[in-house]
Amino acid sequence: MSPIPIRDTLGMLEDNLERRKSVLPVPRRRALGWTKGLDLPRGGERVLYTGQMFQIVPAINAMTDRLAKMEGSWMANYFGLARRLNRWVNLAGVMARGDPQEAREYSGFLRNIVSLLRRSGVEFGYLYEDDLYAGALAHDEGLDDALRAHAEVVFRNLRSHGVKEVITVDPHTTEMLREIYPKVLKGYDLKVRTYLEVLVERRPAPVQQLGTMVTVHDSCIYARREGVIEQPRELLRRGGVEIREVERSGRATQCCGGPIEMLFPERSSELATQRVGQLSQVSKQVVTLCPLCLANLRRVAPEDVKITDVSTYLAKAYCPSSPASPAADVSGAGTRAPADHGTPVEA
Amino acid sequence: MKVDPTLPDRLARTGGFNASACINCGSCTALCPLGMGPFPRQLFRYVLLGAREEVVRHTEEIYSCLLCKMCEDNCPAGVHIAENVRTLRTFLGREELGLATSEV
Repeated sequence: MSPIPIRDTLGMLEDNLERRKSVLPVPRRRALGWTKGLDLPRGGERVLYTGQMFQIVPAINAMTDRLAKMEGSWMANYFGLARRLNRWVNLAGVMARGDPQEAREYSGFLRNIVSLLRRSGVEFGYLYEDDLYAGALAHDEGLDDALRAHAEVVFRNLRSHGVKEVITVDPHTTEMLREIYPKVLKGYDLKVRTYLEVLVERRPAPVQQLGTMVTVHDSCIYARREGVIEQPRELLRRGGVEIREVERSGRATQCCGGPIEMLFPERSSELATQRVGQLSQVSKQVVTLCPLCLANLRRVAPEDVKITDVSTYLAKAYCPSSPASPAADVSGAGTRAPADHGTPVEA
Repeated sequence: MKVDPTLPDRLARTGGFNASACINCGSCTALCPLGMGPFPRQLFRYVLLGAREEVVRHTEEIYSCLLCKMCEDNCPAGVHIAENVRTLRTFLGREELGLATSEV
């Protein structure tokens, strides 16, 4: 019985980053489909940068399910062959298609963020096909040579569009662009802020008070590395959301287990289960700030525990016509007409 | 136990591995959500001793680390634990796993 082989799995990630500019390449329609109808201007000095994290998650989920079945089975012996094959055929495209409904939901989170920024009067462009994955997993796994080469491509793209300021939407891309790139790239001087930091500064007026209670699962990266703890809470509170804190919150947050889901799916799942247990004792409504935390916690959550991205609540509270429909998770928030400018999403 | 006295310096060159400030208090091990015995305090001792084989023997633990920085945030000696673990991965990747090469 074999565990997931570290060498071949990381080798595939490395090959993918070098050849396909992402550790888990998703088709163009998946990467960019969420922009449909939003008329985001191309490029500009200030851009929204997704790093494809929300778009990749459905594929990660599909891949993790497959790897979990392989862990400890005879199939794990064939990773070397898979790596060779992957050099010619994008296996992620075959093995990790992802659930279309889930992909629509994650697209909805990005559309929420666009609506929130627009509602706050922030002008920004988008890089479309040049909105590349930032390389977080390669960095975490110590694939420094592959990361440096990839970071140069990302930065070259940003510079070619004249970008000076980047608005990020997830902790991993934020850390890469704000903390890691300045260490590995010469002349890197971009201003990087998360949309939560931008929104707090802009102080948009809520359109309604949601009148509901949640607990927040802090991302390790946001809480212990990027100083993003109070911003989402302040925005939620202003929107009428009561926050009941779990004991391990803020800088003391406990990891969801996501970072090891690819190499050690069983252990990752145990950690997620432990964390969901802690959170659900405080509230059955859990807010996440990272698409990977969301995916990993949801995978093990019982049906009565509703976990969703913070943008769902914020869009509901601050946008006149919420692009995604969080109604199922935002009890007491009242009902709204379906969006006329976004993708309806079932949470 | 075989000792490779060049190991600490080579790891320092790989990515700035530095555990010399570690006071061996065990806060990191106690706080680790994974609860792995040798991690990370004992592992850092192996590096400082130059016990390469012991480091390699713990490859799975090294790649299991969440890099969540719970330990680092509470380290009384201010050791950059997560970056040290990441550096160990870079080292193992290059020298033991054959990553960052064109060979499969």
